[in-house]
Amino acid sequence: MEAALAITERNDSIAKKGRQKAQIKCDTDSVAGCVSQRACVFCGARVVLNPITDAIHLVHGPIGCASYTWDIRGSLSSGAELYRNSFSTDLKEQDVIFGGEKKLAKAIDELVEKYHSKLVFVYSTCIVGVIGDDLDAVCKAASQKHGIEVIPVQSSGFIGNKSAGYRAACDALLRLITPAEPKKIKHNNSINYLGDFNLAGEAWIIRNYLHEMGVEVNAVFTGDSSYAELKTAPAASLNIIQCAGSMAYLAERMESLYDIPYLRVSFLGLEDTVSSLRQIALALGDADVIARTEELIARESALIEPILASYREKFNGKKAAVYVGGGFKAISLIKQFREIGIEVVMIGTQTGRQEEYDTINELVDEGTIILDDANPAELERFMVEQGANILVGGVKERPLAYKLGVCFIDHNHDRKHPLSGFVGAVNFAKEVYSTVCSPVWNFVR
Amino acid sequence: MGLETTNYRNVNENPCSMCMPMGAILPFKGIEQAMVILHGSQGCSTYMRRHIAEHFNEPVDVGSSSLNEKGTVYGGEGNLKKALDNIIKVYEPKMIGVLTTCLAETIGEDVRRITIDYAKERGITDLPIVSVPTPGYGGNHPEGYFLAVRNIVEALTEKTTPHQKVNIIIPNISPADIRELKRILNLMEVEYILLPDISDTLDRPYEKPYTKIAKGGTKIADIKAMGGAVATIQMGITVADELSPGKYLADAYGVPLYNLPIPIGIENTDLLMNKLSEITGKSCPDNIKDERGRLLDTMIDSHKYNFQGRSVVFGEPELVYAVAKTCFENGIYPLVIASGSKNDKIRQLLSAEIELSPEPVEVLNEADFMQIRASSRKAGVNIAIGHSDGRYLTEKEGIPLVRLGFPIHDRVGGQRLLSIGYTGTAMLLDRITNTLLENKYKTYRSVMKKKYFRDSNKRIAGES
Repeated sequence: MEAALAITERNDSIAKKGRQKAQIKCDTDSVAGCVSQRACVFCGARVVLNPITDAIHLVHGPIGCASYTWDIRGSLSSGAELYRNSFSTDLKEQDVIFGGEKKLAKAIDELVEKYHSKLVFVYSTCIVGVIGDDLDAVCKAASQKHGIEVIPVQSSGFIGNKSAGYRAACDALLRLITPAEPKKIKHNNSINYLGDFNLAGEAWIIRNYLHEMGVEVNAVFTGDSSYAELKTAPAASLNIIQCAGSMAYLAERMESLYDIPYLRVSFLGLEDTVSSLRQIALALGDADVIARTEELIARESALIEPILASYREKFNGKKAAVYVGGGFKAISLIKQFREIGIEVVMIGTQTGRQEEYDTINELVDEGTIILDDANPAELERFMVEQGANILVGGVKERPLAYKLGVCFIDHNHDRKHPLSGFVGAVNFAKEVYSTVCSPVWNFVR
Repeated sequence: MGLETTNYRNVNENPCSMCMPMGAILPFKGIEQAMVILHGSQGCSTYMRRHIAEHFNEPVDVGSSSLNEKGTVYGGEGNLKKALDNIIKVYEPKMIGVLTTCLAETIGEDVRRITIDYAKERGITDLPIVSVPTPGYGGNHPEGYFLAVRNIVEALTEKTTPHQKVNIIIPNISPADIRELKRILNLMEVEYILLPDISDTLDRPYEKPYTKIAKGGTKIADIKAMGGAVATIQMGITVADELSPGKYLADAYGVPLYNLPIPIGIENTDLLMNKLSEITGKSCPDNIKDERGRLLDTMIDSHKYNFQGRSVVFGEPELVYAVAKTCFENGIYPLVIASGSKNDKIRQLLSAEIELSPEPVEVLNEADFMQIRASSRKAGVNIAIGHSDGRYLTEKEGIPLVRLGFPIHDRVGGQRLLSIGYTGTAMLLDRITNTLLENKYKTYRSVMKKKYFRDSNKRIAGES
């Protein structure tokens, strides 16, 4: 580092790509007072499970936790809309003193009676972990009483970071999909699509591609998914994982429990979309599927390549900074920017793992800053130092970028346009164009 | 007439409020060079930053002590002190607020003691550290807001020589509203201390270079001097005494307190202007009188359209009171008045208006959107006024929403919404009237056809 960081504890979490391979410190607790961009365990669990459309999602905790995550994913549904409600036991001081178990039991009773759902997720929050409500026992009793599945999600905010919440969600999902007689499962020829949350219809877009290839999607985890659909998950013959951060663990577990192999895919950008579709076709090994896949790729690529090329000309010399949640998305973004002629000069994630940082380090050019669990002060400093013209990030980062006169791409839960597949690759380029080439910058530079 | 519902319930379905620390962050953002830290797990600060940043479209830095499992079991003192160290290093603030969360409160952290020890250990004498106990289950964000302002005043205000300034305690209104208030005060040549003042800090101009903390906000020296003011005007008519900064200033320093509503609506604005005149002996300037006349003109221009409006008003108690009052003034009878907070004063304060309302008015206390929706449907409400979460009413019941208050997270410009004073009221009223008109124009053709049209030929043929 040329200039030292104010908080020296953060030094090991930041690397500059150089001749020596840099090891980056990651997957640890955030340093206190650093204004980390990370969320909590509860948040991780909530964003993974919330797109299950016909479930009751009940937050056991004070009102804020439910309030801040109401409709947080922006996932679209083809059917039920129950998931778009935010239910909370709204714990008050008395409940904290005397315990919230009774209130929780009654809350479940009332909701089940009113909405007749076959599936309830009960999320624990910080406070529940501290006062020691026995979530398992309450859920078990409710489950027996109503003859439905009431699944506890152990997501107390302080027991780790967002990744721990992903794991808690996967544990809840495993519990849900576990069949009564695991040995009797017959694999059909379909695949499960893991780690897509159907923001702006992305799971539908990919499902359409796969359908054209002759591949049927069994269940999506968890975009536009339903109780009945998820129950069939163990019958699939292949799992594909988009968001590795949230779903790699579940895929590994399903491989060992149900012999379902998995493939890591990415549908962000043309290069990754093409290679992912090919990998899926090859994994299924059907000559007919492979042929249809090549047809699809040829047709769609021919359609969008000239569009991407025309944008590439406009982005000459621009540099990008990336700060996103997961490592796999970050990796895809480096390639995607390259496709449209933009070099990534700063890249970081909230929850990336060591092997993902290794891949990032291999992909980026010399001099690129790589950082884990960054804060606004660091984002500001490195965007300026590296001369970034554009930042990819979430809602909190957007105003910072704009205040610095840096363009911005929303890559978050509440965007309303798809960034996956061929159509997403074009949308991405279009969004870069809409910000990089906006006349507004003429007035402030 | 005038039903009031206070419920004990086991489940909140779609919250109409947020938690205490969220409200408590905002006042700190309105003090010169202040930073704020949440003592709790990492997610709290991230969620609240996201909400606040989205409403104001501004960077909102809030520290966290990032309590983990170890800190929860063995105490978070070390984490909090480290957080203070790091915040001071990076931001060089002139003041720090330390807010607790559910977690810190429940494990029994004595934040006041920790921060006093911290200042001693580090030899810090010129950096006020103000702690506010804000457990997420202790109340909602409006209570957190006023409690934070009160704790700031309790911590900073000193006995001082009397001066001519008027303290004005600002509730959670927009930066544009605060700028409008300053304009009125300046026109009237009233000297004032506004607390808090987010008009520059959460709506800062684009300029280079960027600074980590925005300029502006109430000066710490001014807060210190509030004990010597000629009076306090607190826009906090619904605020309980124990949360009231103005009450504290009255009790501790004998500063006369006038609790006034947010000046939205003609009567509420008159109250402010009259009180300012009474306190300072200065009269309302002519150009503001003109603005009052223009508001009257606005009200007359739109009164017949407004008379077709039947509203639901929801959100923070203080704003709900002012907006409901404005609706009554204009014949847009608020048939449902709802706050997510527990607040017993709203109904009582509006009892005269409710009594005179031609249709029954329901006041919902500690409401959620499931109740607000049910009551709105039952009452035949045709316009909603409140924050963004009310979009649910539009989506589910087709009731158009006029966005006002906090948070506005599905539209731009939450920070630019101007609604106070005579001019702001006129602008708000136009937004409401135009929403009613837009909805009417959109639907009246199909409504009329459905209601009155019968196809005579078909009827004769016996097909209808």
